[in-house]
Amino acid sequence: METLRFIGDNASLILYLTVQHISIVGVAVGLAILTGVPIGIAITQNRRVADAVLYVAAIIMTIPSVALFGILMPVLSLTGHGIGYLPAVIAVLLYSQLPIIRNTYTAITNVDPALREAARGMGMRPWQRLWRVEIPLAVPVIMAGVRVAVVINIGITAIAAYIGAGGLGTLISRGISQTDQRQLVAGALAVSLLAIVADYALLWTQRRLTPAGVRA
Amino acid sequence: MITLDNLTKIFNTSMGPVTAADRVCMEVAEGEVCVLLGPSGCGKTTTLKMVNRLIEKTSGKILVGGRDTDTIDAVELRRTMGYVIQQIGLFPNMTVEENIGVVPRMLGWDSQRIRKRAVELLEMMALSPAVFLRRYPRELSGGQQQRVGVARALAADPPVLIMDEPFGAIDPINREVIQDEFLKMQQTLRKTILFVSHDIDEAVKMADKIAIFRGGKLEQFDSPDNVLAHPANSFIADFVGGDRTLKRLRLLKVRDVLNADSPSVRADESLDIAVRRMHEHDQGHIVVTDQDGRPTGCVLLADAVGRHGAAGDHARALPSPVRLDADLRGAVSSMFTHDAEWLPCVDEAGIFRGQITQRGITHRLGDTYRAAAHAAAVPADDGRPVAPQHFRGAAE
Ligand SMILES: Nc1ncnc2c1ncn2[C@@H]1O[C@H](COP(=O)(O)OP(=O)(O)OP(=O)(O)O)[C@@H](O)[C@H]1O
Ligand SMILES: [Mg+2]
Repeated sequence: METLRFIGDNASLILYLTVQHISIVGVAVGLAILTGVPIGIAITQNRRVADAVLYVAAIIMTIPSVALFGILMPVLSLTGHGIGYLPAVIAVLLYSQLPIIRNTYTAITNVDPALREAARGMGMRPWQRLWRVEIPLAVPVIMAGVRVAVVINIGITAIAAYIGAGGLGTLISRGISQTDQRQLVAGALAVSLLAIVADYALLWTQRRLTPAGVRA
Repeated sequence: MITLDNLTKIFNTSMGPVTAADRVCMEVAEGEVCVLLGPSGCGKTTTLKMVNRLIEKTSGKILVGGRDTDTIDAVELRRTMGYVIQQIGLFPNMTVEENIGVVPRMLGWDSQRIRKRAVELLEMMALSPAVFLRRYPRELSGGQQQRVGVARALAADPPVLIMDEPFGAIDPINREVIQDEFLKMQQTLRKTILFVSHDIDEAVKMADKIAIFRGGKLEQFDSPDNVLAHPANSFIADFVGGDRTLKRLRLLKVRDVLNADSPSVRADESLDIAVRRMHEHDQGHIVVTDQDGRPTGCVLLADAVGRHGAAGDHARALPSPVRLDADLRGAVSSMFTHDAEWLPCVDEAGIFRGQITQRGITHRLGDTYRAAAHAAAVPADDGRPVAPQHFRGAAE
């Protein structure tokens, strides 16, 4: 009850923090798509490079987020952005690489070799093959990777409140420091809800982007 | 048009080198269909894919239209060759129309022209455009997919087609239909075609030349009739089957063994005339026709002796007539079914044109064996017997 009243009274603050949260995850994952998909495609050319890249991405994934912020802070403070929005975006960007690169790589390498051969045999150049056959067929799997990245990073971004990045984590951190149950629960609820809504929204997008001929 | 000169492919596998094509030489003239035939794993697909450079050859030369394919950009080369892949390989993200339009689109055709072409090709493949244009590959049966695959290869009207078992997944009845349609198309388009099959019947039907492979080696390269009549070795004899002489029937038309000088008599002419004509032609029967020359029955010499009246009054039922352009296999089958020594032959209008006889057919099939025996018996200039020419390679 207490919590509900708190949420009612602070609706505009919560909305503001939600938008902040979304902007961190949205910008970072957006950038991660722009880097991860091309990397995922590029490494299909060479097995050994692929293994190395996926290994590095997996290692980044295992760094605890607090530790990653700890690493980023001194580096970024050289540019005067040691805390706040920028390190949060960079952290999320890094954490998003593994699911996006790995799914892209897997999707492209799993395209039926017969299709690749048909495309080559018909005189498609490598780029044409990529654009017209391989990427359209890979989209559902790539999007699944994006969904994983978004959901994971909505959680990670909550922790970024500790380095002053804002977002819904602010409620949680304040709730803890002020031992205010209402803020803590409201923040946790909002983060979970955001993750669920984002997942469904992306699932819908994934279905829309899947070519009609391969839709289940 | 297509020349393979000592074409060799050695795959380096973990089990050691595998020779998939071993110094293959052959020459396919412009407008000809060459069927590559042989058991599984004999190197048909490998040989085919070297032609459009999907597989790089180990050594040897390939000339297409007189040009060494090594000197042509691989992508450009492939766009001049329609390719039907063994696994069909339709793009699942594209409709039938888009699949057919892949090469035309790369060549810059506008969408209207592509649509028109797709409609035309689907009709040729006995698929209704109204039903199939907008479908996706997974909404088609295997046989329908395969037909779309062939249509896709034909889309930009390339001078050369290379097809890897293009009709393998189609049921026998539809396969015959498609093969016939394809042959009809080939008669007008005169494309140069390399066609992989492991079905001897299909090869005999489609080919101008048959290339039989075993273990990467080209064992015989010859016309279908020669492959059937003179298999170069026991492997090929086994491969083409014990009924190979019967298979040759398929290569002949009724007109090829027609005895045009066969007597007939009009139903209203007298029996005496019928008997006289039978004697003249030294045969025991005569075909009776109506006023227009359509066969209606026959009179046997044994029935006519000592009788009088119109020929028509003494006529018996006729073995069913065959058309001049029918294939001989059907005609012979009909002879066996009706226990007939001979069959009357008619043209498109149903007019009597002559007859075919069992003796005439066996004689015709035997010609080539006699010629071969004769050639073997006649000594050459240097005194050695001349072997019949089974193998005709690139040197010819
Ligand atoms: N990429 C490859 N690496 C190694 N060996 C190969 C490769 N491709 C084919 N071979 C081998 O080369 C031989 C010829 O294969 P190919 O695919 O040309 O046979 P095929 O005549 O087309 O048979 P099928 O009728 O089964 O399609 C086989 O022994 C096969 O195992
Ligand atoms: Mg094959």
